[in-house]
Amino acid sequence: MKSKYLREGEPFVWCSGAALALILLLTLYLVGVIFQNGLGVFWVNSVARLEMTDGSLFMGEEIQTSEHSNGDSRVQLKIANRDLYSLDFKWVFHKDVTATSYPEDTVVVERLEYGNFIGFLSSVNLADTPASDGDQYSLLKTSLKDLSRHHGQIESVESQLADLNYEVERLDHKLGKLRYRDKQQSPDYAKIVAERNTLRLKFDGLVHQLSELERVQATNVAVFKDVNGTSVTLPLTSIVRIYKPNGLSFFGKFSLYVQKVWELFFDDPRESNTEGGLFPAIFGTVMLIVVMAIFSFPLGVIAGIYLREYARDGFMVRLVRIAVNNLAGIPSIVYGIFGLAFFVYGIGSSIDQIFFPEMLPAPTFGTGGMLWASLTLGLLTIPVVIVSTEEALGAIPGGIRESSYALGATKFQTLSRILLPLASPGIMTGFILAMARAAGEVAPLMITGVVKLAPSLPVDLQYPFLHLDRKFMHLGFHIYDIGFQSPNVEAAKPMVFVTTLLLLGIVIALTSTAIIMRSRMKKKFAIAD
Amino acid sequence: MTNEKNAVTSIEDSIVQVRDLNLFYGTSQALFNLDFDIPRNRVTALIGPSGCGKSTFIRCINRMNDLVDIVRIDGSIQLNGQDIFAKSVDVIDLRRRIGMVFQKSNPFPKSIYENVVYGLRIGGVTEKPDLDEAAVVSLKRAALWDEVKDRLHDSAMGLSGGQMQRLCIARAIAVAPDIILMDEPCSALDPRSTAHIEELIRELNGEYTIIIVTHNMQQASRVSDYTAFLYEGELVEFGKTKDLFTVPVEKATEDYITGRFG
Ligand SMILES: Nc1ncnc2c1ncn2[C@@H]1O[C@H](COP(=O)(O)OP(=O)(O)O)[C@@H](O)[C@H]1O
Ligand SMILES: [Mg+2]
Repeated sequence: MKSKYLREGEPFVWCSGAALALILLLTLYLVGVIFQNGLGVFWVNSVARLEMTDGSLFMGEEIQTSEHSNGDSRVQLKIANRDLYSLDFKWVFHKDVTATSYPEDTVVVERLEYGNFIGFLSSVNLADTPASDGDQYSLLKTSLKDLSRHHGQIESVESQLADLNYEVERLDHKLGKLRYRDKQQSPDYAKIVAERNTLRLKFDGLVHQLSELERVQATNVAVFKDVNGTSVTLPLTSIVRIYKPNGLSFFGKFSLYVQKVWELFFDDPRESNTEGGLFPAIFGTVMLIVVMAIFSFPLGVIAGIYLREYARDGFMVRLVRIAVNNLAGIPSIVYGIFGLAFFVYGIGSSIDQIFFPEMLPAPTFGTGGMLWASLTLGLLTIPVVIVSTEEALGAIPGGIRESSYALGATKFQTLSRILLPLASPGIMTGFILAMARAAGEVAPLMITGVVKLAPSLPVDLQYPFLHLDRKFMHLGFHIYDIGFQSPNVEAAKPMVFVTTLLLLGIVIALTSTAIIMRSRMKKKFAIAD
Repeated sequence: MTNEKNAVTSIEDSIVQVRDLNLFYGTSQALFNLDFDIPRNRVTALIGPSGCGKSTFIRCINRMNDLVDIVRIDGSIQLNGQDIFAKSVDVIDLRRRIGMVFQKSNPFPKSIYENVVYGLRIGGVTEKPDLDEAAVVSLKRAALWDEVKDRLHDSAMGLSGGQMQRLCIARAIAVAPDIILMDEPCSALDPRSTAHIEELIRELNGEYTIIIVTHNMQQASRVSDYTAFLYEGELVEFGKTKDLFTVPVEKATEDYITGRFG
């Protein structure tokens, strides 16, 4: 009996099943934690008002309850009001609480600075309208709406300023070039100087206009009180959003949730990245992968084709194959260092010396940027593409090749008309693995061009539209940065989960697109057996 | 039995003349002093036990052995009076003139239509009417037309094994070759499909020169006009199929066709 049991390998089946289950569980747990924490971040919680035994008062969002090591249960409150209390979070023991209430008129103010404010609205003071005794909250809401209309004006002036600034920089660049060639006397030089001066004047005018607009705006303020009665005056321009969490219906909470998710996708970050949107980081991440793919995929496929189809199978090819396989095992930070040394300091500096000598010592390409980071990642992912291309070509039955040759096809015709289409699903698998790997890498980026906060995107409307020399933001680095480098780790925690969720989402979106494409190809190029 | 070939008395019209052909895989010799003529527009069968060099021989005729690095060839094969191993011969052009059907049918993962016109397309034919005509004619010749005329643009992978093999024959015919080589074309097929292919071969007889490798004595006797018996890389006997199967000259031939060895 027993020997039969062993002979049929039953225990082995059990072991492998258990191993698979364990891996699945761990993965599900990880993804579950990310989803649970990440999805809940933007849901509006009620704000509680707690009276304590010692007479003190607290107000805050209930974040979590847990048990202290001495056995007492406690609750964590997000008390916000960083400008008043300097701490965003507080633990309160349930046994110290004498009364809990949820006042309907509690307001939460999302601000440009100092995080949220939690308290009550006292009055709204507008510069051009006399104070009224009506409902202050709805007055504030309508004024905020008006303001956002006015804000368009400010934004348009600001974008004009940015354009002018860029123009001036370009002229400076041209002047620098002329100076570098000792052509200060040329008529061109004088012309550019004159042009630059008129731009400068226009620039100053706009700056004045802007500060005037902002001064007017700053006189519109709202006065709030916290739970202890301390008053806080906030200019309307510093208010991002205001709502009464305890009075919100489910639908109201849901619409706020949607607004906040929208902001996450399409807005810039605030408050050293712990609040606001992640648009630049999302953009940077996707663009990095795309540029990486443009460099690495064709090169990897061509190399794989050469190795499998053209190179004579011998000692050298075997050596190259071993080397390629081992490349995949090198720690990514080593690739980063190589990228820094070879691309940034090597190629980048040479480009600067040849094409941008007038800008030196300020580097143009001789410093980290989108291009170099993509190339470094490309290097890192090429082995995967090469290996999968080779394997996909190798898996094609010999008979198919022979039939093509027997019909008088050349090697190239056979390759392009028969072999590559047949190998495409396998090659696609390589792309998927490469993309997933590239999306998850952070270490090599940190030394080849990623930054905490990039002033501008690598693509914009300024000529030449694509700025691969620029530094960029990245979701992976963002996680590390806000999670471990942020001055206010507790406040940044929700953002860590949200960012992780986003990164996960992007990887899933990219790879599942590729997987769908692959299954189409598979269906199209399936061969009979 | 080194040089005791049963010399065919006379083949008035031969398309291929094999002269003193020796072939080596590295250091091991696979073909020994083959020397015979293959008649034009007739079916010639190659028989012999496994590993005797039948495939190796027919792969010489369209120079598929060029693809095997270790192969070295002595002697000559003349096709229409021209040495196919000569430097001046373009192997691509040669293969276009010689169709080949393999044991394992291997249509390309394309539509039925594209499979048939593949040889033409790579040969540079782009005119749609020309391609269409060739497709129809070759599918009809391969006795496949009636079965696929309504689904020409469906994937060839949806065909049955026998249909696939006929598609491969259509594909070979489409480029209008002088010779069609068939390496055990029926050994992976069921009896019905085999009968179908045999009938097709008989129909093509007279129009094409066909060289067919087969393990099946009945098949050889049914479809071929001439038969060559190869044994351990040597040509033991070559003659009219009728004669070879009824009055074999060599003892080895007789043993083989009566199933006493191999
Ligand atoms: N690619 C090759 N490399 C080395 N030896 C080969 C190769 N192909 C065939 N042979 C050898 O050549 C001999 C003839 O093989 P083959 O022509 O395939 O025989 P058949 O088709 O008659 O069964 C066999 O001994 C076989 O081992
Ligand atoms: Mg064979």
